[in-house]
Amino acid sequence: MPRKTTNTKAKVADDVAAVAESSELNQEQLLEFYAQMVLIREFEKESERQYTRGNIKGFLHVYSGEEAIAVGAINVLRNDDVVVTHYRDHGQALVKGIEPKQAMAELFGKSTGCSKGKGGSMHLIDADKGFMGGYAIVGGQLPLATGFALASHYRDDDKVTLCFLGDGALNEGEFHECLNLAKVWNLPIIFFCENNLYGMGAPAKDHLAAPDKIYKMSEAYDIPGFRVDGNDVLEVHDLMTKLVKQIRGGSGPAFVEAQTYRIQGHSIADPANYRPEDEVNEWKLKDPIPSFKDWLLANGHATQDIIDQMHQTAEQEIIEAAEFAEQSPFPADEELYTGVYAE
Amino acid sequence: MSTEMTYRQAICQGLTEALDEDPRAYLMGEDIGPYGGAFAVTQGFWEKYGPRRIKDSPLSESAFVGAGIGSAMAGLRPIVEIMTINFSLLAIDQIVNHAAKVRYMSGDQFSVPMIIRTVTGAGASVAATHSQSFEGWYASVPGLYVVVPSTPEDALGLFRSCRELMDPVMFVEHILLYGSRGQVSEGVKIPLGKADIKKEGSDVTIISYSKMVQNSLEAAAMLENDGINAEVVDLRTLRPLDVETIIKSVKKTHRAVVVEETTKFGGFAGEVVSIIQQEAFDYLDAPVERVAGEEVPIPYSMPLEKLAIPDTQRIVSAVKKLI
Ligand SMILES: Cc1ncc(C[n+]2csc(CCOP(=O)(O)OP(=O)(O)O)c2C)c(N)n1
Ligand SMILES: [Mg+2]
Repeated sequence: MPRKTTNTKAKVADDVAAVAESSELNQEQLLEFYAQMVLIREFEKESERQYTRGNIKGFLHVYSGEEAIAVGAINVLRNDDVVVTHYRDHGQALVKGIEPKQAMAELFGKSTGCSKGKGGSMHLIDADKGFMGGYAIVGGQLPLATGFALASHYRDDDKVTLCFLGDGALNEGEFHECLNLAKVWNLPIIFFCENNLYGMGAPAKDHLAAPDKIYKMSEAYDIPGFRVDGNDVLEVHDLMTKLVKQIRGGSGPAFVEAQTYRIQGHSIADPANYRPEDEVNEWKLKDPIPSFKDWLLANGHATQDIIDQMHQTAEQEIIEAAEFAEQSPFPADEELYTGVYAE
Repeated sequence: MSTEMTYRQAICQGLTEALDEDPRAYLMGEDIGPYGGAFAVTQGFWEKYGPRRIKDSPLSESAFVGAGIGSAMAGLRPIVEIMTINFSLLAIDQIVNHAAKVRYMSGDQFSVPMIIRTVTGAGASVAATHSQSFEGWYASVPGLYVVVPSTPEDALGLFRSCRELMDPVMFVEHILLYGSRGQVSEGVKIPLGKADIKKEGSDVTIISYSKMVQNSLEAAAMLENDGINAEVVDLRTLRPLDVETIIKSVKKTHRAVVVEETTKFGGFAGEVVSIIQQEAFDYLDAPVERVAGEEVPIPYSMPLEKLAIPDTQRIVSAVKKLI
């Protein structure tokens, strides 16, 4: 479990491997998952506020509504496993271990950001944490991820690469080229499609030949494909636990489709009024955070007090992250020229 | 007779005319349908023309640009939108190896009467992969036209001419110009390869295109206060290039500054400088100056981004160096 929120009453089991091997989660772990989901949501709410204040510029794509995927999937990985993703990357970055402070500072374009302020919201990267980015060209992350998996295969180092992509990215050639390559060379990689039903403003059902069969798209490459409820953190975790184990054991690539919904527009500039109201309302009821909370309460894993406390702690951590970002300096002018080539 | 409109409205009008006047014309691109276009150029088109004429395409730049080319070879008049020029890299094989070559390679059997509209430019805080200006690259490809309007009038006037061409056009709009306003004369039509003198002057020629024309005009206004009378030449099309207008102006002013937004090394401005030194060497009173972007990817951080791309002040300084 790469990221531990230090903020819950619950302390996460120290034995990280225990989580990875079994999908059975103890109470502390369950609460930790909830805390992480809340932390992401708070981060996104704050980033939207800061955008309106002019502290964040350019494109801002928030992850609200999709938290169960990052939390359910990435917590299965080891610290040294690899995550590669697209520009909707805040949630995944936080779970893989980038601190809210470093992520928020990056959104502010500050020198203390995880990419020194040079990448921004769409390019959160922390190689030490195994979070290899954050790439803004749709589909561009897929070959890179395939390359990370190739390196693991080459070195025989038993790392797994988890590559996220959107439903829109399924239509880029890279998706098909990479599935083929990964299978031909038996690479340790999971291609994980976050199907939030929309590309930018276009419904996936209008752009995919077989929108109901996304998880079957890998079949022709002889790669096993799975579909999960992307708003159910436990279901995601369960499937990923099995897959990661198999892949670490040398089974070769897998493909996952998780169905979810982005609560907000594509980016902050998008009011998303092309979406039918009932659809939006229907998915509001499936919001992964209240659903998981209800489950925790109903099964006696948490009390309302504990829940409230977790929300407060997350809010506090995010306020501190925003303060840190605000107080941090912008990169010095000389930074413009550093990092173009190796020093 | 002229009407005031925005750059966006001018392009929108050009597209409307194409669809209304030519049954072979259709639009294709990402999110141009119900969403109305990433830059809201095609708002209302889907409702008006429907899915046969407005093809809202999946995220597959190579496939839909290539399909546009094929349909043009088959006699249609596709107007394809690539959301930004950055994403044209996913389609560059289709554009350079196919659209630009097929007439020649087929011994003149095929035409590709297709307009590719796309969006260039930095300054929107969208970081390295979303802030590039590749129009200069495309200008190096025989078989392509490259059009880079800076005003609503030029946008519509040039678009009308592009529709009559039988070869592929890269029609490159600037991300920061869509809201800019200007007068558009009724029936305006501007041929490719005709630069425009946006401001007359006698002391120095500032040559640029697209958004940098605005900066050049601002610089010219500032220079006026110092008693320097600059002429501003807007290239309007990079391929074909209006060599005559450039040379005539330089012969008059004896000094030139070439301005472009992208990185200097290997930039289109180098081509312009080369032409000036060859054709007007004896008329020059100073080496030709260049103002261009720094040799770095565009950073996200706002203060750094400002340093990376040329601004009005840098144009003013370059001119002052010459005088
Ligand atoms: C190659 C390319 N084409 C177009 C874009 C513009 N764009 C950015 S995100 C996006 C939609 C992607 O949708 P999806 O893959 O479903 O991811 P989501 O945003 O829904 O998470 C588009 C069209 C881009 N960044 N890169
Ligand atoms: Mg999507």
